[in-house]
Amino acid sequence: MKTDDLIVALTTGAEPVDPRMPSRRMLFAAVAGVALALPLMIGLLGVNPLLAQAAGAPMFWIKLAFVAATVVAAFAVALKLARPGASVRRSGVALAIPFISLWLLAAIVLVVSAPGDRQGLLFGSTWSACPINIAVLSAPALLLSLGAMRAAAPTRPALAGAAAGLLAGGLGATVYTLHCPELAAPFLAVWYVLGMLIPAAVGAGVGGRLLRW
Amino acid sequence: MSPDLDVRQQRLRDLLVAAQRGDARSYREFLHELTPLLRGYFRRRLRSAPDDIEDLVQETLLAVHNNRHTYDPGQPFSGWAYAIARYKLVDLLRARAAREALHDPLDDDAEQLLTDAEPAAAEARRDLGLLLQQLPDKQRLPIQYVKIEGLSVAETSRRTGLSESAVKVGIHRGLKALAALIRKQR
Repeated sequence: MKTDDLIVALTTGAEPVDPRMPSRRMLFAAVAGVALALPLMIGLLGVNPLLAQAAGAPMFWIKLAFVAATVVAAFAVALKLARPGASVRRSGVALAIPFISLWLLAAIVLVVSAPGDRQGLLFGSTWSACPINIAVLSAPALLLSLGAMRAAAPTRPALAGAAAGLLAGGLGATVYTLHCPELAAPFLAVWYVLGMLIPAAVGAGVGGRLLRW
Repeated sequence: MSPDLDVRQQRLRDLLVAAQRGDARSYREFLHELTPLLRGYFRRRLRSAPDDIEDLVQETLLAVHNNRHTYDPGQPFSGWAYAIARYKLVDLLRARAAREALHDPLDDDAEQLLTDAEPAAAEARRDLGLLLQQLPDKQRLPIQYVKIEGLSVAETSRRTGLSESAVKVGIHRGLKALAALIRKQR
């Protein structure tokens, strides 16, 4: 086939396309991911019975702000990586902010606390279940966000998969806050971050193959 | 960026945005103007026979088509087109790692895509028409009728017994499958 013939074929009867489609698909993936994670959380783990009480503590809202900021920033990064040639520099820096803030807060809390309290602040009572629970709750969003990424054109497939995974991890962690009783910043800085990195690592591994085009 | 390149970039961007809205004439003009730029870009980076270059040009045109919804009208056009061309080039080089020698390192800038065009159309080595025959009927026939013979979606629907939306989906998926077939062949 000559190139001119290919051009004629491609443009003949070409349908209109919506440039907002990549962001819409990613938004749908996020919303549906949460909608599927909620019954999963309620069925497998149950809502924290002391949730109303916990919501009175400022740290509960700081925790929520951390996971929400991660979701928003990871969403922006994922969307940039979905489009060829879009720069991720600014949204990448924005993504670092919630993590650095949380780690700083955790460091301060550890420094000012009594030595005997530090272990409790770091490990809480649920450290061994936390990362895996977050990873499980992020699974629906991971599948959907990788699907949204596949419908776009990431030129860095592994990185794009990681971003989709981190978005899913943030969403999973957000849903997990409704179950999880832990409020200490050092706990969040280690175990929540680890939990969100699991889907990010899966996304990077899968993305390198799945997201080629 | 020099004023000349600015004008060219703006023109290509406007044509692509019109193409996204479904204007087939702008779309054709867009691909016709993009093609020599792609050819020149690949030529400068590959020591390869002209028909190999043309393969890559056609593969990139197909990729541009399949992903034309990923261009955000607010982003610089050259960056978008360059990223697609570069992605296809790197993909090819990775597949052929040992056989090809590079003229230039790849870390140059996006504007280079807009600099020197190569108008001479060569025949491609790989025949997309033949590759098309490998697709299943529900994809191949809609592409054959609508894209190559220029029939309407309604007429194609009548001839194939597929619904109109199945015809559209068949074209969409078929062209994506075609791109996947090209990659598998390497």
